[in-house]
Order: sequence, then C-alpha cells, then structure tokens
Amino acid sequence: MANEFFPLFYTFHFYLFGLVALVGAIVFITRKSPVAAALWLVVVMAALAALYVLLGAEFVGMMQILVYAGAIMVVFLFVVMLLNLGHPSELNDIRGKWGRLAAGLIGLALVAELMALSRSAVTLSVTLPARPPADVIASPGGVIGSIADPLFNEYLLAFELTSILLLVAIIGAVVLAKKRSA
Amino acid sequence: MITPDLFLQVANPQGDPSLVVFVIGTVVKMVAIFTIYMVGVAYTTFAERRVSAWIQDRHGPNRVGPQGILQVAADGIKNIMKEETYPNFASKAIFILAPGLVFVPAMITWAVIPFGSPLPTPWGRIDLVVADLPVGFLFTLAISSIGVYGIVLAGWSSNNKYALLGGLRASAQMVSYEIAMGMSTVCVLLLAGNVSLNQVVAQQSQMGWNAFLLTVAAFVFLISAFAETNRVPFDLPEAESELIAGYHTEYSAMKFSMFPIAEYANMITASALMATLFFGGWDIPFTQWDNAGPWTVLKSVLTFGAFASKVLFFIFFYIWIRWTLPRFRYDQLMSLGWKLLLPMTLIYVVIVATAVLALDMAGVTRGPLFGGALFAINVVLMGVILFILDRGRLISPAHSRLDASGVDQLRSVSRDRIKLARKGT
Repeated sequence: MANEFFPLFYTFHFYLFGLVALVGAIVFITRKSPVAAALWLVVVMAALAALYVLLGAEFVGMMQILVYAGAIMVVFLFVVMLLNLGHPSELNDIRGKWGRLAAGLIGLALVAELMALSRSAVTLSVTLPARPPADVIASPGGVIGSIADPLFNEYLLAFELTSILLLVAIIGAVVLAKKRSA
Repeated sequence: MITPDLFLQVANPQGDPSLVVFVIGTVVKMVAIFTIYMVGVAYTTFAERRVSAWIQDRHGPNRVGPQGILQVAADGIKNIMKEETYPNFASKAIFILAPGLVFVPAMITWAVIPFGSPLPTPWGRIDLVVADLPVGFLFTLAISSIGVYGIVLAGWSSNNKYALLGGLRASAQMVSYEIAMGMSTVCVLLLAGNVSLNQVVAQQSQMGWNAFLLTVAAFVFLISAFAETNRVPFDLPEAESELIAGYHTEYSAMKFSMFPIAEYANMITASALMATLFFGGWDIPFTQWDNAGPWTVLKSVLTFGAFASKVLFFIFFYIWIRWTLPRFRYDQLMSLGWKLLLPMTLIYVVIVATAVLALDMAGVTRGPLFGGALFAINVVLMGVILFILDRGRLISPAHSRLDASGVDQLRSVSRDRIKLARKGT
C-alpha cells in the first residue's frame, strides 16, 4: 500500500541503510578491540536485514537478524570474551609490509571489479517490488509460502543433504571436544 | 489546495483507511502503547513487591500514597537523584549503551502483537496492532534473540569478574533456551500455517486455543520464557550468593534501575507472546461473536479487555513462581535445556506434524473435531511427560517406594550398627 504513495520514503531508507552498512563495515575492519569489531559487525547485519525488508524479502531479513545477529554473533562475543585477547594495542592482524601490500592489492582488485561491473550492461538502478497484497498474507503459507514450497517439494533432496552436512559438523564438534578432555 | 478535509474525509468505517489516517492512527497507537507499557512496567515492579509480601504474609510497601501506589514515583525520583558512578577501566561507551540495549528489544516486540479486534472509526478501519507485519511471528523471534546483547555487554564493559561471569552465564542460558523456545513455536506454525500473528489468533479462534491443542509446546514455551527473561528459578546471571549482583554489579542510580525495568518489560512482553501464541490472543473464549465483522467499538473494547486480562494473569504467574520456587543450579539449568526440553520438543514436533498430516488426509476439517483430536493426543503426552519428570515423588508418594521387606532390611542394618556400637564401648 505504502509503495505507490511513498517511493521517496522507500528510496531514502534504502540509501540510508546502505550507508549505515558501508560505514559499519569500514569501522568494523578498522577496530582493534575484538569486542568493538564484533558489535560493529552486528550493526552491519542489522542494516543488511533492513535492506532485505525494504526489497520485499521480509523472511530473509528476519532470518538475517535471527541467525546472524542473534545467534552467531552472540557466540562470537562469547568466545571473544572468554579468550580475553589482551589489550587492543597489542593486537594486529596484518603483520609485515608483505601482508599490507597483499591486502592493498586485493582491495584494489575488488574495487576494480566493482568499477567494471558498473560499466557493464547490468542495470544497477533500484527497483522496489510491491508489498504482498492482503490476500497473499492471509492465504495458507503466507508470505513465506513462496520459499517453503520449492524448498520442501522441488529441492527436498538438496535440503536434506544440507541438513546431513550440518549434522556431520555437529558430530565432528562433539568428537573433537571429547578428544581434548580425554 | 490541500486541506485537512481532503485527507480526513469520511470513509467506510469497515474499509481500509486512507494513507494519512493510517499514518496518524499508527502514531497514536505507538504513543498509546508506549504510555500503557511504561506505566505497566512501573506498576509491575510495585505488584511484585505487594504480591511477594502477600505470599510471605507481610505488608509490603504501603506508606507512599493510598495502599502505597505512589511508591513507584518515589523510587523513580530516588534513582534519578542518586550519583552515577563509573568503574575504572570500564569501556565507557558500551557501559552507557548496555542498559538501553536491554530495554529496547522488549519494547519493539510490542509492535507486532495484536491487542484487539479492528476498531471502526469514521475515517476507516484501524487495526489494533501497531504494525501487522506479514512475518510478525519471525519478528518476535528475531527481536528476542538480540535481547541478550544488553546483558552480555553490561557484564563485559564493567571490568569486573563477577559482572563478566554473570554476562557469560546470561548469554549461554539465553542461547540455550532460545532453541527450545523456537522449536516449541514451530508447532504453532504447523497448525496456523502462517507467520502473521493475526492469522495465528484467527486460527485459535477457529480451532480452540493452542494451549489445549499443543499443551506440550505451551509448557516448553512457558519454561523457556522464564529462562529468557532471567526470572527465578532461572535467574543464574544475577545469583547474589555467587556473583554479588551479576552483570549489573557496577551499575548505580538510574542506569542500575534500567535493568529491573528491562526485566519487567521483558516479563510483560513474554506474557503477551504467551497469550497471543497459546491462549488465543484477543479471542474471547466460548464465543464466535467477537471473531468476525462487522466490527464495532464494543467488540474492540471487549477483546482488548480479554487480551489484557490474559497478559495480567501471566504477569501474576511470573511473580507467583518467583516467590514459590528456589533457584536452579547452573548445571541443572543447562541439562534441563539441552538434555530434556530440546529432545522433547524435537520429538513433539514430529508427533504434531504426523497428527496434522494424518487428520488432513483423513479429511477432518480445521475445526472443533480437529482440535479435539489434537487435545486427546496432548493429554496422553502430557501425562507421559509429567510421569517421567516426576520420578515417583508426587504421583507415587515417597513412603510407598519401599515395600515392607525393604523397611525390615533397613531396620536390621541399623540394629546391627547399634549392637556393634555397644560392643565397641
């Protein structure tokens, strides 16, 4: 409903959250304290979730917050706090001039890639999809039906294989933990 | 020329409002909910003290104002006037940020909780929910999952061992119980077939409350909600006998006060979620009159009353449990979450999914019969679970666990001991 009336509102927030995500990401990689860096990463993830919601992918946006900001980053923080890595001034990820040089080169390559992409035929203008109408929301499955249907019908085998992969990882973690304690 | 009449023109009271009315209505709803919520939080702290006094046969705070109802204002003024202290070497920005981060998620969740049937106004129909998100249900899960940050950061930024331990305990506890909580709500999704909270309420008014259709899930959700809000018997992060005051040891004045405020705010939000997901939301029980249009103001008022009374009951329930049960030990807490609740809910999801599929294939329509069949399954399962949990303490009383020969054996042992002792002297 709001889309037809407020294109400016949507576009403004799209660029606002895009800016927040970019600035958050830059601050995140320049922090030396691991806890501060982790918190800035949470900011990036929240901004990304907002972008997904603005683009009409509400389910993906919520999963972004639930899984990344709410579960994975909490575990990250937990580990960082337990490790107690020492004073931030002693920490530095990039060691030596070769490390710095390689990092700079990779960064330049990525920027060049972006420039090349912006000159290609791919349209980069933002087109916002319409919000789902009320009858879709009230139908069985709701707005996530369009994700659930192919996932559990067409791609069921791939889905089950992925879950087995995760199961293997869990069992591996248990085995490793047991070895250390013995 | 743009005049207010152009936007606020009289529309069909049952139809969708114009955009301006929608925006104004949303702002009014936000202000109203914020006010009611803050007053509610303040008076929940008061209710906790009075109910605890009642349970322990004391008077409780009854001096400030009639029956002590101005005690809340007195506490607020006291906390604002007190001196703020900052611990040495604390991470100051995060130290200040943390009390806010504890409180805000509890508040945001209210955006998607429907609290009454739609209200007809001369300018169009206003839904009694701030934002009826199509993914409202996932929104509540997502927001509750970021609620842990405030506590963890408060513990970490204080530069205090006890505070850090409290914060770590909190994060481990909340991550653990979030899983059980999420799994128990999967069953609600299986029945509702939708992630919009309005549809969850509609499903319950049609088939009966989920508390009866999914009793085991409601049971697990209730336990997890206690753990998620750090309330007794799961208040390990602030166990005073081990950790002084846990994560808020170093806080003072109003910043300290934000933590209890957040705790009560979380409690109210968890009560509202419990009411919405398992106790029919704003549905008035035993009647279908309130569930369909045409909407009237009377219906809105009565359904809001139904919702409020359910929420108030769960707030009372929280307080009641706090002054009844002792605190768990930390390993008991973890083994309850991981070894009992999680496997139990996983098995339960399979059972519910099978039952729903079987009933659908048998051609049973979603209605009272469908609900009755699920209720019968749940009664049996609840009986089994309570029997296993009970370990023969209540259902088969302690005195009957030893038969007569066992008692004789014990007596002979003690008799022998007495004889040995006499010989020794």
